[in-house]
Amino acid sequence: MANTNDSLTSVIELGNTEHESVVNQKRMAKRKLYDKLFYRLCQSTILLALVTLVILVVHIIISGVSWLSLDFFTNFTSRFAEQAGIKAAIMGSMWVLVLTAAFAIPLGVSAAIFLEEYAPKKKWVEWIQINIGNLAGMPSIVYGLVGLTVFVRYLNFERSLLAGSLTLALLVLPIIIISSQEAIKAVPLSLREAAYALGAKKWQVVFLQVLPAALPGILTGVILSISRAIGETAPLIVIGALSFVAFTPASIWDEFTVLPIQIYNWASKPQEEFHQLAAAAIIVLLVLLFAMNFLAIYLRQKYQRYKL
Amino acid sequence: MKNIKNLFIEKSIHLFLLISVSITILTTLAVIVLLGKESIAFFSEVSIISFLFGTNWSPLIEPQSFGVLPLVCGTMWIVFGSVIFAVPVGLLVAVYLSEYASDKVKSFLKPILELLAGIPTVVYGYFALTFITPLMKWFNPEIEVFNAASGAIVVGIMILPMIASLCDDAFSAVPSSIKQGGYALGANTFEVIKDILIPATKSRIGAATVLAVSRAIGETMAVTLAAGATARLTGDPFGSIQTMTAYIVQVTMGDAPAGGVEYLSSFAVGTLLFLMTLVMNIIGNQWVFKSRIRVV
Amino acid sequence: MSASASENSEIILETKDLNVFYGDKQAIHSVNMQVKKGTVAALIGPSGCGKSTFLRSLNRMNDFVSTARVDGKVFYQGKNLYSKKVDPVELRSQIGMVFQKPNPFPKSIYKNITWGPKINGFTGDMDLLVEKSLKRAALWGEVKDRLHDSAFDLSGGQQQRLCIARTIAMNPDVILMDEPCSALDPRSTQAIEDLITELKRRYTIIIVTHNMQQAGRISDETYFFHEGNLIESGDTKQIFTKPSVQMTEDYITGRFG
Repeated sequence: MANTNDSLTSVIELGNTEHESVVNQKRMAKRKLYDKLFYRLCQSTILLALVTLVILVVHIIISGVSWLSLDFFTNFTSRFAEQAGIKAAIMGSMWVLVLTAAFAIPLGVSAAIFLEEYAPKKKWVEWIQINIGNLAGMPSIVYGLVGLTVFVRYLNFERSLLAGSLTLALLVLPIIIISSQEAIKAVPLSLREAAYALGAKKWQVVFLQVLPAALPGILTGVILSISRAIGETAPLIVIGALSFVAFTPASIWDEFTVLPIQIYNWASKPQEEFHQLAAAAIIVLLVLLFAMNFLAIYLRQKYQRYKL
Repeated sequence: MKNIKNLFIEKSIHLFLLISVSITILTTLAVIVLLGKESIAFFSEVSIISFLFGTNWSPLIEPQSFGVLPLVCGTMWIVFGSVIFAVPVGLLVAVYLSEYASDKVKSFLKPILELLAGIPTVVYGYFALTFITPLMKWFNPEIEVFNAASGAIVVGIMILPMIASLCDDAFSAVPSSIKQGGYALGANTFEVIKDILIPATKSRIGAATVLAVSRAIGETMAVTLAAGATARLTGDPFGSIQTMTAYIVQVTMGDAPAGGVEYLSSFAVGTLLFLMTLVMNIIGNQWVFKSRIRVV
Repeated sequence: MSASASENSEIILETKDLNVFYGDKQAIHSVNMQVKKGTVAALIGPSGCGKSTFLRSLNRMNDFVSTARVDGKVFYQGKNLYSKKVDPVELRSQIGMVFQKPNPFPKSIYKNITWGPKINGFTGDMDLLVEKSLKRAALWGEVKDRLHDSAFDLSGGQQQRLCIARTIAMNPDVILMDEPCSALDPRSTQAIEDLITELKRRYTIIIVTHNMQQAGRISDETYFFHEGNLIESGDTKQIFTKPSVQMTEDYITGRFG
């Protein structure tokens, strides 16, 4: 604690009262220059990033926009660029979107509820959490290898929509869990206490109070995760989704293709026209994804307004 | 009676939730068991030493050779090339967002960053192939159509938003009172950033870098499209290479019969890929947790 | 307390019609005050009365609040702090600040003190400066053997004295203190109060406090704020014994606040 003696002696020892400032005026100009240069550096970096994004978007639009016609949406792919379309790919993507969401969302949200509301504070729960973190960072192509062996070969789903969607569901599951956990965590403890104080059972507190309060946050995370699945290519290639499909899938047992695979296929052809087709398909894919993103951002901003 | 019913509800909910969580454990087990099983089958035909240390990768042409180093070399070109510029740029972007941007600018820039992060990798691959590579060739026509540099640049652009947002999270975890303490001593913004903000967050910046490396290792479509399919141990970033991921795509797209050595080789490469990213992810996630600043 | 100090002293800091706004809301209404060199001025008032806001406008820390807007004038050594010619960065090296909660940098004790002088281009003996500053902050005895430990290893009271030491190391003219004892236990509070009375020999101190007794013990002049207005100011003894405004009396005697 304070030592009065200490401070008294210090005054005697170091008793000068004049104010010599430690500030070196000569260095001031240099410091100001560095400060300004660094600010400019940060600013130009941001600008560079924005310009890159603009170039990316403009380049794709310029290359692809002239190929966007009604036929492009209603035709199947073809060896002739003029006749090629994305009917099969877009239908496939829609199927995958619905199926993946149907598999992954209930599982992911339940797992998040378990971890946040029910799990005991034990070592094994911590390990599960670490495991989920690692799964979220596992390369998508490894999910493809798992899907190939489990769904395509062992369970004999062949190269079907079912196999593809299950693979993608596994891929997005950890992301959905983590983002839902964040949303549930953000619900204040006081809400739970208030519900318990009214005599609610645990499941009533969780499902009637906490979950509705966390819903906008969960939804935001879910939408972003599913949009990730829509853009995935590699795991579907690994499980054997086809690139030349001239039919629309009628059931979950049918073979399929999706937009990203169609894009990959066209982009890897040498002819310029197919590159332009790829750009056109990218426009469609990006419009779909950006719409989902905007929805998520809108939901979050609305949610933030009601944040407790 | 009512109590029994309630207990039943609680128990069944609990059980269902537990099952959901166990899917994640099953996934991990499946990864380990399946990759392990197929890799063991592969290593019964190819020695593990010649796989890990072999310098020649030619699975398609007789005599077959499965030395993985050329693929690792390809992956490393992508990793170093992308991380070396994406980390500093991402850091500066995060600094701008957290220290300079007004709330208004921020609310405009952050969604854009998220949009960038949401663009599928095949789109970046297309961009590399049809824009970055031609641009490079315009400077130097000698450059090959498929080359590591183009892939690395585009992977760098891809991982940039992730690095920026991880660093931004780290910066916003630094209490503003500490920064104000710096300003109150007559420091300018640059000095506060350089001497307080960055040192206080250095392990989380490190974590962001490690996680970015992990992403770059696992990145598939952009490098498959842009960097080529020539597995070689090369010092030339402007030539065609093949990454581990691109090889797996190549094999699984072809009609390699299940159980054949070629098919199995993709699992051996997949296992190596999995282990590399696993180590990176564990280190990265640990650093993020460990480095929480103690706030008084 | 020290009437001699407040006589013939020059005025070091003076505000003229100072208004502070947060967005559309006015937090400070046209405050005029004069602080004499070498004195301790206490700003008192109920919480939310604007005393901290006012304090932070004296070294332009309000610049960091994006919605804050200041008009009016603050004169320091005859210069208006809000004129375009004044660099707030330079200014803050002369008007130091100690915050409500201890906010040491996540660095060693030693580096916490040397950082300010270092970036400002101090070329003298760092070890001596550290010793001097820690002695003046009455912390030297407790930390001299562990100068290179993390500042976070110190107790709250020690951290606050470290923050004072790091401010002293800059050798500022004025030290602004924003409720420096509010997060501390009684013993640390005692230590810091002793320190303040010690420090006023060489520094001018403006301190915000919600602790009436503290203001009475350590200050020469007291300023009573209420809802952004400066209600009454003057010699501490006089304010505490016979305030001229009823509201001041009500507040000091604990009838509200």
